[in-house]
Amino acid sequence: MEFKVQLGPQHPALHEPISIRMTLDGEVIRDADLRLGYNHRGVEKLAESRSFIQNLYLTERICGICSFSHQTCYTQGVEKLMELVPARRGLYIRTLVCELERVHSHLLWLGVAGQEAGFESFFMYTWRDREVVMDILDWISGNRVHYSMNTFGGVRRDIDEMQRKKILDTLDLLKQRTDYYLNLAASEPTFVGRLAGVGKLSRQQAIDLCAVGPTLRASGVPMDVRKDDPYAVYDEIPFEVSTADSCDVLGRAVVRVKELIQSYRIIEFLLKNLPEGPFKVKAPRKVKPNEVYSRYEAPRGENVHYIKSNGSDKPERLKVRAPTLANYPATIAMLKNGFIADIPLIFAAIDPCICCAERLVQLDDGRGRGRVLRFSELRAMANERAKKIDYTKREIAWPF
Amino acid sequence: MIERLVHWSRVKSPWVLHLNTGACNACDIEILAALMPRFDLERFGILLKGTPRHADVIICTGPITRQNRDRVVRIYEQVPDPKFVVAVGACAMSGCVYRGSYNANLGVDQVLPVNAYIPGCPIRPDALIDGVVKLLNSLK
Ligand code: SF4
Repeated sequence: MEFKVQLGPQHPALHEPISIRMTLDGEVIRDADLRLGYNHRGVEKLAESRSFIQNLYLTERICGICSFSHQTCYTQGVEKLMELVPARRGLYIRTLVCELERVHSHLLWLGVAGQEAGFESFFMYTWRDREVVMDILDWISGNRVHYSMNTFGGVRRDIDEMQRKKILDTLDLLKQRTDYYLNLAASEPTFVGRLAGVGKLSRQQAIDLCAVGPTLRASGVPMDVRKDDPYAVYDEIPFEVSTADSCDVLGRAVVRVKELIQSYRIIEFLLKNLPEGPFKVKAPRKVKPNEVYSRYEAPRGENVHYIKSNGSDKPERLKVRAPTLANYPATIAMLKNGFIADIPLIFAAIDPCICCAERLVQLDDGRGRGRVLRFSELRAMANERAKKIDYTKREIAWPF
Repeated sequence: MIERLVHWSRVKSPWVLHLNTGACNACDIEILAALMPRFDLERFGILLKGTPRHADVIICTGPITRQNRDRVVRIYEQVPDPKFVVAVGACAMSGCVYRGSYNANLGVDQVLPVNAYIPGCPIRPDALIDGVVKLLNSLK
């Protein structure tokens, strides 16, 4: 017998509000449907009423874990619009913070995966070490989460010789610990057994459903914006794209651990080759009318910002496509024919950042291609619906 | 007698419910970080709970979005009396950068009665500990 179960929007397994509606057949999920919008704050609309500089701090607050991804993606776009070449030292520092953010995000994810798999002490371990990265970020930027490092033409703060040494020293500690996790995870049969074979997503499915980031790379597709379309100084840095072929949650964990090791290498390279010179150049206030598409490899996958300017000091349109949103269709495919007990694990494996993904998309065909609604269209739709309201129900009391 | 015992246990070991009411996730992560080995909020007897029916304190992060509003009120009603609400972060206090949005309120106190505010965007785990300890002291 089939029955329907709703999970969320407030559920201890999900740290953020989202609702999953499932059709179950016993323990097996036959169909799943995601409902979003509990966290929608209208950032895109707000951006239109603020200046380019103010939007630096707004885009940062799209998401708290990958705050620097959104800010950098936006900054790069606006710099392209301004036809501004940022300072080289600034770009190096920017890339450094990008990679530090990737390290803290992946450590966080490892812990969450450990917790969802029932490996509570692993959770505590990785979060303890995550504090080391947070400390580094704190030294560099003065804040633990929202670094506010970017500005048009470079970064807002320089790093000095002492900070450079200190970061290089702490990096050794992180490397040791990551090696330890790698061995621990590989030699702990219960952990591996819990993750292997869960949430299968074949290579073809991953491509068809437009998955991004570690979810895609764990299905054996070596796609990484840092390699395919290098931004900042990634074209000068030697690193490898990490992939796995197992197509399951274990593969996604492996990809992330490999990426951690790559990130340490990148950070080391950046710090050792930090060029001298100014860390920012002066940027114009107004932006010529134009439009731009900016890509960035966030810890969770490809992040895309579309910015349109109209010659004033405010953007005419800002459109954000966060990686989690691109991974939702793939998540549904992973959930199907899985077990209820695997939901938190599968869901955690895409490293969902729900507040990032609260974008308005209207799906107009079954293949996951979205159409974005303009606010005016939405208002017209709302008016259209208001006309059809059954006015006999008018006396129903307003709940507040 | 029983009342004094209940009060004592409530002050010594409050159970908290963490409620994301439209936050950008940064404050949520910092709350989790406060529970982790470095800061270890649990040494004050504070325990994170998954269900509102077991909780004494609701920690709200975020300005409460329109769609979340009804649900937040419903969750608040499920928490047994006496209950306390802590607004964590600048956007839970006053809207922060989301001020003027069509979909976000101007803070938690527009919807729920708030007992303590913890400023910061995001809050530092030390600030959270400070706020919670102050709330507990005021209950004594
Ligand atoms: S206070 Fe700031 S960091 Fe915290 S949830 Fe709100 S916007 Fe995010």
